Amino acid sequence: MNAKDVTFLEDTFKKFYFEHFDLLHVPDNPNQREFGYQKFNGGMNRHISLKSDKDLHLLLMQNKPSDVYCSNARYMFPNLPMAEKDWQNAEIIFDIDAKDLRKEHPKDNTLIKCSDCNEISSLNESCPNCQSTKLSFTTLTCNDCIKSTKDEVVKLKQILTDDLGIDQQNIKIFFSGNEGFHIYVSKSEYDDVGSKERAEIADYIMFRGSIPETFGFRKFNMNKSSLPKFEDDGWGGRLAKHLYGTKSNRPKILQEVLSGGYTLFQKRLEDFRDSIGIKIDPNVTQDIHRIFRLPGSINSKSGLTKIFVEDLKKFDPYVDACFIDDEEVEVVTNCPIEFSLKKKKFGPFNNEQVSVPKFAAVYMMCKGIASSV
Amino acid sequence: MVNLGNDEIVKYPFLAEAGKYLSDKGFSLEQFGTDPDLKKIVENAFERIITASEGRIFKSDFSSNNSALPLEIFSFLIAVILLKLSGMNTLIRRFSLAEARRAEKFLEKDLMNYQDATKTKLSLQILEELFSMTVEKTDKGFTILVRDYLKHSINFYEREWKLINRKVVNGKVHLTSHETVRLVRKELDRHIYTKINSSSSPDMIIGFETYVDKLKQLAKKFEVKTVESKEFPPCIKHAIEVLEKGENLPHSGRFMLATFLLNKGQTVEQIAPLFKNAPDYNPKVTIYQLNQLSGVSGTTEYKCPSCEKVKSQNLCFPVPACDTIINPLQFGRKRV
Ligand code: SF4
Ligand SMILES: [Zn+2]
Ligand SMILES: [Zn+2]
Repeated sequence: MNAKDVTFLEDTFKKFYFEHFDLLHVPDNPNQREFGYQKFNGGMNRHISLKSDKDLHLLLMQNKPSDVYCSNARYMFPNLPMAEKDWQNAEIIFDIDAKDLRKEHPKDNTLIKCSDCNEISSLNESCPNCQSTKLSFTTLTCNDCIKSTKDEVVKLKQILTDDLGIDQQNIKIFFSGNEGFHIYVSKSEYDDVGSKERAEIADYIMFRGSIPETFGFRKFNMNKSSLPKFEDDGWGGRLAKHLYGTKSNRPKILQEVLSGGYTLFQKRLEDFRDSIGIKIDPNVTQDIHRIFRLPGSINSKSGLTKIFVEDLKKFDPYVDACFIDDEEVEVVTNCPIEFSLKKKKFGPFNNEQVSVPKFAAVYMMCKGIASSV
Repeated sequence: MVNLGNDEIVKYPFLAEAGKYLSDKGFSLEQFGTDPDLKKIVENAFERIITASEGRIFKSDFSSNNSALPLEIFSFLIAVILLKLSGMNTLIRRFSLAEARRAEKFLEKDLMNYQDATKTKLSLQILEELFSMTVEKTDKGFTILVRDYLKHSINFYEREWKLINRKVVNGKVHLTSHETVRLVRKELDRHIYTKINSSSSPDMIIGFETYVDKLKQLAKKFEVKTVESKEFPPCIKHAIEVLEKGENLPHSGRFMLATFLLNKGQTVEQIAPLFKNAPDYNPKVTIYQLNQLSGVSGTTEYKCPSCEKVKSQNLCFPVPACDTIINPLQFGRKRV
C-alpha cells in the first residue's frame, strides 16, 4: 500500500477510534490477556499487556494500528514469551467464515487480481489482459454469503446448547469485521480445557471421524443394526433427518444402507461432513494461544468493525458494522463489479476518479482496488 | 476416603494402607516369613505376581477371605512387599496393570449392581475420589461431563472413543458401565503403580529371600533390548514406548512399527522381541505376521504407511523435523 493511502487509512481509523471509545473495551481480566496489533505494511507486535480501557485507547492513538488483537487465553504473565506465559484458561471460540462455506466464488461478487500484470477484472478463468492464470480472488459485499454464514451460526448454537450443554447466555456472537462470525463461549466448564480436547470438540461439531457403529450399524451382525431415529438426540437425530428426509422414508433407506454394506456407509458418513457438519475453522478452536481481533476494532481487510451481534436475524453487517462517516472523498478506483454499503450501491468503476462517501472509499482501499488522490 | 468393608478391600486391595492394615489385624511382616501357617500366603503372593507377569488376571475366591484372615488382601499386600524387595520395575508395571484389570472387572460389576445400591454408590465414589470423575447413574447407563470425558478419551487411539462417536446430550456423554470403567483404565493402572512405587521399601525379611531371588530372575526374561531409536521419528518412538510399557498398541500401530523397522533393514528376529510385552503376545503368531509383512513367507512386501495415514490413525506426534516429510521412513534424512 502506498504511503499516501496508509496515512489516509491511519487517520480515518484513528478518527473512528477517537469518536468510538465507547465501543472499545479490554475484556474481563485485562491484565491476564495478551494484546497485539499490526500497522499498515507492518508486522505483528505481540505479547503486549494492557491494564485498562485507558491503556487500550492510548495504544490506539499512539500507534495508529491497522488491526488490534487480544487473546482469549488468560495468562499469569501475558507479556512474556509464549513458553513462559503460564496459560490459565481461555474462552472457547468458533470461527465461521464465508470463505469456508463457498463451494465456488460467487460470480457477481468476486473480482480477480492478476499476479503477473496487476489487472483487476470481474470473475474469469484467466486474466483478460495477459491470459495469466495466477490470480487472487477478492469477494466484495455479498448478502447470500452473509445469509449462509448466519445459518451456520444458528446450527452451531444449537449444538453448543443441546449437545454440549452450554448456557445460551454464555454464547456471544461477533461479526468478524469481514465476512464471518466469531462465536465466543465464556464462563463455561470448557474454559480450562486444553488444545487436544478442543480439537475433539471441533471434530464433533464438524461431524469428523464418525464410524458406522456409532449410528447402530453392526458390521458382523448386520440384521441387528438399528439406525438412528428422527427423535434421537444429537447427531443421531440430525443424521436421521438428513438421511431419510421424511420419517416414512426410514424403512426404505434403512434397507438401502444395510444392503450397501459397511464400507459404503462409512464413505457416506465422510461425505455427510460437507452437508451436515458445521463449517467452523478447527484451527481457530483448538489453538489456545491465539490472539483474536478485538471487538470494537476495525478489520483492515474491509474497514468494517468487529462488533457484537445482538439479533443475528436482523443484523446487516454492511450497515450495522460500517462506522466510517460519509464525508465525500476522491479516489481512483478500478472496481469492475458492484457492491453495496449502508444500503447504497457503488460501482462498477472503470479505472476512474470518483467521489464517494468515505466509508466506501475506505472499503475499496482495504480491498486493494482504490487509491486516494 | 470411602469407608470400606472387607469385601471391598478384597476387590480393591490397593485402597488399603498396607502397614496399617496388617497391624490393625494384629500381624507383623516378620510373622509371614516364619509362621508356617502364614507361609502359604507368601506363596500365594508370589503366584499372584507370576500370574500378573504373564498378563493374566488373578482369580478371586471370595470364600477364602474371612475377616480374621483375609487371604487375598494379605496376598496382595505381601506381593507388594516382594516386589519392593526385588526392586524390579518391569514386574511392578506388570503387576499394577494386571491388578488394575482385576479391579476394573469388579468396578464394572459394582456399577451395575441393581440389587445392592450401596455397591453402586461405592464404586461411583471410588471413581470420584481416585480420578475426580463425577459419574451419574441413569435409567439406561451412566453419564459423565463432556469435559471430564475428553480428559481421558484423548489418550485413546481407537476411533470409537472420539467424541463424535458418543452419545452427547446436554453437556454429558452417555456410557455403559464397561465404557465408564474402561475410560480410567490407564489412570487406575497408574494409581496402583505409583502407590506401590511410592511405598517405602522394607529391609529384607527372613523367609522372603528365595521368592525375591526368583522374581529377580524372572524380571530378566522381560528385559527388552531396545533397538537403537535415536534417529527414529516420534511416531515410531511412541509405538516402541507403548509396547515397552506392556500397553496395548492397536493393530495399525504394530503394522506401522513393523513395516518401518523392516524397511530399515532389521530382521524379523530382531523385531519380534519388541512385541513380547504386549498383553496378547504370542511368539508364533508374531513371527508369522512379521514374515508376512517382510515378504519372506508371502509374496507381498508391505510399505510403511504414509504420515497422512499414520496421522489419521492418531499415531502421529509430529516434531518440527516432520514438516518436510510425507513418510516416517524419510525422517532424519538430510536433503541434498
Ligand atoms: S509426521 Fe510422519 S514421521 Fe512425523 S510423527 Fe507424524 S507420522 Fe511420524
Ligand atoms: Zn494479467
Ligand atoms: Zn456470496
